Amino acid sequence: MTAATPTAQAAAAPASGALPTVRQDRLPLLLLPALALVALPLTGSFATWVTLTFAGLAMGMIIFIMASGLTLVFGLMDVLNFGHGVFITLGAFLAVSVLGRMAGWSESDRLLLNLGAVLPAMLVAMAVTGAVGLAFERLVIRPAYGQPLKQIMITMGGMIVGEEIIKGIWGPQAIPLPLPAAFRGSLLMGEAAVEKYRLIAVALGLVVFGVLYWVLARTKVGLLIRAGVQDREMVESLGYRISRLFVGVFAAGSALAGLGGVMWGLYQQTVTPQIGSGVNVLLFTVIIIGGLGSVGGCFTGAMLVGLVANYTGFLAPKVALFSNILLMVIILSWRPQGLYPVVKR
Amino acid sequence: MNAPLLKLDGVHTRIGAYHILHGVDLEVAQGGVTVLLGRNGAGKTTTLRTIMGLWRASAGRVLLQGEDLGALDTPEIARRGLAYVPENMGIFSDLTVAENMLLAARGARGAGDIERARLDWIFGLFPHLKQFWQHPAGLLSGGQKQMLAVARAIVEPRTLLLVDEPSKGLAPAIILNMIAAFRELKRTETTILLVEQNFNFARQLGDQVAVMDGGRIVHTGAMAELAGDEALQQRLLGLSLASHQ
Repeated sequence: MTAATPTAQAAAAPASGALPTVRQDRLPLLLLPALALVALPLTGSFATWVTLTFAGLAMGMIIFIMASGLTLVFGLMDVLNFGHGVFITLGAFLAVSVLGRMAGWSESDRLLLNLGAVLPAMLVAMAVTGAVGLAFERLVIRPAYGQPLKQIMITMGGMIVGEEIIKGIWGPQAIPLPLPAAFRGSLLMGEAAVEKYRLIAVALGLVVFGVLYWVLARTKVGLLIRAGVQDREMVESLGYRISRLFVGVFAAGSALAGLGGVMWGLYQQTVTPQIGSGVNVLLFTVIIIGGLGSVGGCFTGAMLVGLVANYTGFLAPKVALFSNILLMVIILSWRPQGLYPVVKR
Repeated sequence: MNAPLLKLDGVHTRIGAYHILHGVDLEVAQGGVTVLLGRNGAGKTTTLRTIMGLWRASAGRVLLQGEDLGALDTPEIARRGLAYVPENMGIFSDLTVAENMLLAARGARGAGDIERARLDWIFGLFPHLKQFWQHPAGLLSGGQKQMLAVARAIVEPRTLLLVDEPSKGLAPAIILNMIAAFRELKRTETTILLVEQNFNFARQLGDQVAVMDGGRIVHTGAMAELAGDEALQQRLLGLSLASHQ
């Protein structure tokens, strides 16, 4: 027997508008404009500063797309997937194949035809990497739940095997991945030249962030993910099967890595079997800076890394070689758990 | 006599190399409060976690209305109508009070889908939850978090509440609030298995009592009987009610 529904004793519905507001932690976000403002006088020219800032934001957006799945997977199941890079590589090579078959559209000067080539490349990359992610979770990740050392070894092994399979399909050599014709060149904003593709990357990155934010903040699935990141056991005690949620998040994270691979490949304009493993360290740097498990932190961290890499690349190229690690050291000295630490039990 | 709602039959639980429960036999009657008392390390929390399937029984059976829960995992057990309030309260501190409640209302897609009358009833029990409805739960005081933990467990009607030390670390005024809330729950004939170390708190709520020691049930009976027998309290719990008041 279940308890009877009790009689109402309380007053009317809570008026959320009447409640005092809670101060949000915006300090890490303020780092972004602060960094840009500091760089403005150093670059010596407003036009150069605009170009560098857009380049940094574009790089940050692509990194965010690639890293967002990684941080969610860690947050939800404490799984550090060192094989994440293989999904990036796979996405980039799938773009090579799809765009290669649609070269007529890709090389056309008409934007619509270019989009008609790039969008299928992105969708195919997301679908295939998502499906491969499901298999990877089942074969590689699942046997190593709760065993961090084994996870590191087996996921790195998974990436090596994945890279070799990719070499077997596409070959070991670097393959050019030219931008579609309408994506090439720059737009002039006053005296500043901003590459078109970087604008597209910023726009697409914002769309992905918006969708992720909406899912996490406005849907019950998102609520479960956020709760699962904090306390898996309690989510299960409330009647939800977190393992299914994790499989879904892993597949979605792999699909995002595939999308990121397409964008990163187009950004580099060359694809190699090591394109994913090469960016892996950068992704881990970003999710550590942001706070492991935090999507908002991942976004902020990615933007910071992108801006710092571009500003230092222009101002002090030698510093740019280790600027990301330096940034991580500074951030962790300030906030040892990252910019937006996730409270876990 | 009616069949018990929950029955533990010779339950053993091992955690790694440790053998914690040594054949627990326990019955929880329908519609009342059964209190599980015992010293630290007696096995009370392990008993609740074993019922919820968070730790698996290595031997024995856990029966809910005659159904063996041993083959079910935790989400399935929760869907049988069990609600669990752990000792650490299990609050999602980054989520708002409303979101914490929404998670427990499995059928609701948004906070607006939570049954209005029941929510008003809960706000009557714990007015602070209404006041801080849109606030992150991590900002609540310890007592308010405990209120949220209990409120979350009752946001929908449940077959059985498992509550682990709800008075732990709470100020006296909050404890009084909690006692009043549990009395209201009793009025609605909610069945509760309550783990407590605060005997004064437990005796005000309990209908039946079971005392654990060394991973076994060493005494069962009516709470009124134990509350009225200082010698028995001294023998079972090493305390007397007079010294606890």
